[in-house]
Amino acid sequence: MSLRDKPIRQKLMAILLLTSGVVVVLTCAAFLTYEFVTFRQTTLKNLSTLGRIIAANSTASLAFQNEADAREILSALRAEPHIVAAGLYDKDGRLFARYPADLPVAALPAAPDQDGYRFEHSHLVGYAPVAQASNARLGTLYLQSDLTAVYGTLRLAGAIAALVMGVSLLVAYLLSATLQGTISRPILALAHTAKGVSERHDYSVRAPKLGADELGLLTDAFNQMLSRIEDQDRARLQLITELERSNKELEQFAYVASHDLQEPLRMVSSYTELLERRYGDKLDDKGRTFINFAVDGAVRMQRLINDLLEFSRVSTRGKPMQPVDVNRVLGAVRANLSVAIREAGALVTNEALPSVVADETQLVQLLQNLVGNAIKFRGGERPLVHVSAQPGATECVFAVRDNGIGIAPEYFERIFVIFQRLHARGEYPGTGIGLAVCRRIVERHGGRIWVESAPGQGSTFYFALPTGNGGQVP
Amino acid sequence: MTEADGVLAVDILLVEDNPGDVELAREGLRECKIRNNLHVVADGLEASAFLHRKGAYASRPRPDIILLDLNLPKRDGRDLLREIKEDEELKQIPVVILTTSAAEEDILRSYALHANCYVTKPLGIEQFLQVVRSIESFWFTIVKLPPK
Repeated sequence: MSLRDKPIRQKLMAILLLTSGVVVVLTCAAFLTYEFVTFRQTTLKNLSTLGRIIAANSTASLAFQNEADAREILSALRAEPHIVAAGLYDKDGRLFARYPADLPVAALPAAPDQDGYRFEHSHLVGYAPVAQASNARLGTLYLQSDLTAVYGTLRLAGAIAALVMGVSLLVAYLLSATLQGTISRPILALAHTAKGVSERHDYSVRAPKLGADELGLLTDAFNQMLSRIEDQDRARLQLITELERSNKELEQFAYVASHDLQEPLRMVSSYTELLERRYGDKLDDKGRTFINFAVDGAVRMQRLINDLLEFSRVSTRGKPMQPVDVNRVLGAVRANLSVAIREAGALVTNEALPSVVADETQLVQLLQNLVGNAIKFRGGERPLVHVSAQPGATECVFAVRDNGIGIAPEYFERIFVIFQRLHARGEYPGTGIGLAVCRRIVERHGGRIWVESAPGQGSTFYFALPTGNGGQVP
Repeated sequence: MTEADGVLAVDILLVEDNPGDVELAREGLRECKIRNNLHVVADGLEASAFLHRKGAYASRPRPDIILLDLNLPKRDGRDLLREIKEDEELKQIPVVILTTSAAEEDILRSYALHANCYVTKPLGIEQFLQVVRSIESFWFTIVKLPPK
């Protein structure tokens, strides 16, 4: 698991520890470097001072070639345990005396080098001139010091640095463990709330606000969002309840229309007819015409009620959408309209039709109303009805073309409104429900319906059904 | 069937609250070939009492057929239908639902409750009389009914 996927608590701890760790390490490194450099300089300075003193003391022994005296002077170096070797050379560069006395000659340089002090290998070496006040050079003093003292000091400094580092990191860990909470706690609270909301769909919970910083702002914004969702959810539920109630009322209306409204109507028509049966011989022609009007009105009223019922059932009695082969739908339409087709001598032709996702019963009703109209509103010639389809990317457009009487453009909208008729009842029967039902069906499918026509030129009714989310089936 | 004037007559129970429809049924049955006694009750409770020969109906005959409207006062036709079809003795009597309702749920529910047939009252008088005559001729000349 990479750092990216670790819990935020661990991430914050890692960042804080890494930062303080790097700072401590850099500080310690600087301290150690400083210690090392200053201690070397001090050692160098001490050795050169020692060299100057020994050299000054050695002038007499060199001037008088007194070897014993020279050894005596060098043996004073015992007081400085870090001086591991020393040598006194005469002015010709020959070794005159050495320290310690038992030191092998090979351990000392064969001849003195240039004056000065320098670090060589793991030692500090120095050549100091031995001269009298008159500046006549008498010889050279060689001193060799080991660096154990330097390393000892460095080890001590290193140990101190390690201790400081350890303590600092421990303190940093304890501090960060406590302080990371100020950042991680509101985030964790927010995450916990969000998880609860998405798992339980409970929009009434609120994230606790733990400060007025940016996280506090985030918490506020999150809580406001939750309130809005809660309000919308409540509104949605209310809307659903209202919709269910209104649907129930519509169902109730449908039942009332199919039963309670029909009953008195039946009484009116039955008894006016009974009146005619029983007392027809006592009535004159006018009386019988009145009775016919009354019966005709009742019959029409019943048809209107039934049509209204059918119109309302488009949405209340809709069946689920599923893939439907429109060729089969047209087959059903042909069978249902067989009498009308035969009587009118109509010819219903079609192209290969696709499958669509639709309510099959309603699709039959839709196509049946359109084909039925094409036959009903025929002109003088033999009715020719052609059904075709134009599948597209987002919708499939169906067309029902006829050679009938046609429609003037100013009526293109009106014909789809319920109970709107363009012709007298005597010319063409019907209540004017067919196209209104067609439009309702198409709209329930999320599509649209329109007409292209001119009087005497025939009409083409189009309806487009959406093929979205896999609506059209190959 | 009961004997009247020495001739066998069928007993029909009409459960109907609308006097207009009762009159129309009488009109239809008057023109029938078969002699019949039409007994009329106006609600489900009366019908139940008639069928169980309770109270004022103690001496009434058991009907050969029941013409039942669905929407009745006091006790619904559907309730009465259930009672009839759950009764060991009464369930043999054919029940013809004769109602204004053409609602799908009424039709389905009636058959689910073992109605013997479902007829919607037609609008025109001629058709109505024809329906009554058809019921009569089907149930009393074509169908063999169980013996009482």
